[in-house]
Amino acid sequence: MPMAAKEIERLIREAIPDAEVTIRDLAGDGDHYAARVVSARFAGMPRVKQHQLVYTALGGRMGGELHALQLETAAPTGDE
Amino acid sequence: MSDANNRIGEIVKNNEVVLFMKGTPLFPQCGFSSRAVTILEHLGAPFETVDVLQDPEIRQGIKEYSDWPTIPQLYVKGEFVGGSDIMMEMFKSGELQQLVGAEAS
Repeated sequence: MPMAAKEIERLIREAIPDAEVTIRDLAGDGDHYAARVVSARFAGMPRVKQHQLVYTALGGRMGGELHALQLETAAPTGDE
Repeated sequence: MSDANNRIGEIVKNNEVVLFMKGTPLFPQCGFSSRAVTILEHLGAPFETVDVLQDPEIRQGIKEYSDWPTIPQLYVKGEFVGGSDIMMEMFKSGELQQLVGAEAS
């Protein structure tokens, strides 16, 4: 079952309240998304940990009902 | 389950650069795996691949091994590096070239 972009955004915000979440529906089919998540929590955190934090927010849906999510994470300023 | 864990541990230890993917470099079975292979080919360093579609135990086990929900997964020098998004970010910034190229034996 595809997931709505709004639902993805809500789950991420719930776990990472300060997150700035931008979601693009890549194929227009409600099943292939790209998400950019910016949060101060990511500052100084290795990329794997940043992505794991987002995957945890999605509560196990990643790799299941959410097959295709391109993920990009960053801290608000500086390290890009 | 711990058997899969041991097998993965051996693969990761014995191969300097190894990609767990769906399909093979010639016939990747998923867009993300295809992207990961393309990045590695651009690096020019030798790499091994493991087709998880041929081995259900590894396919499930690798997700638990790294606490990472998706495939592909790249390991360099025994360390989990990330999936295709992280590979792309690190490729763009030059970090991946450094990681794979440095101390190549």
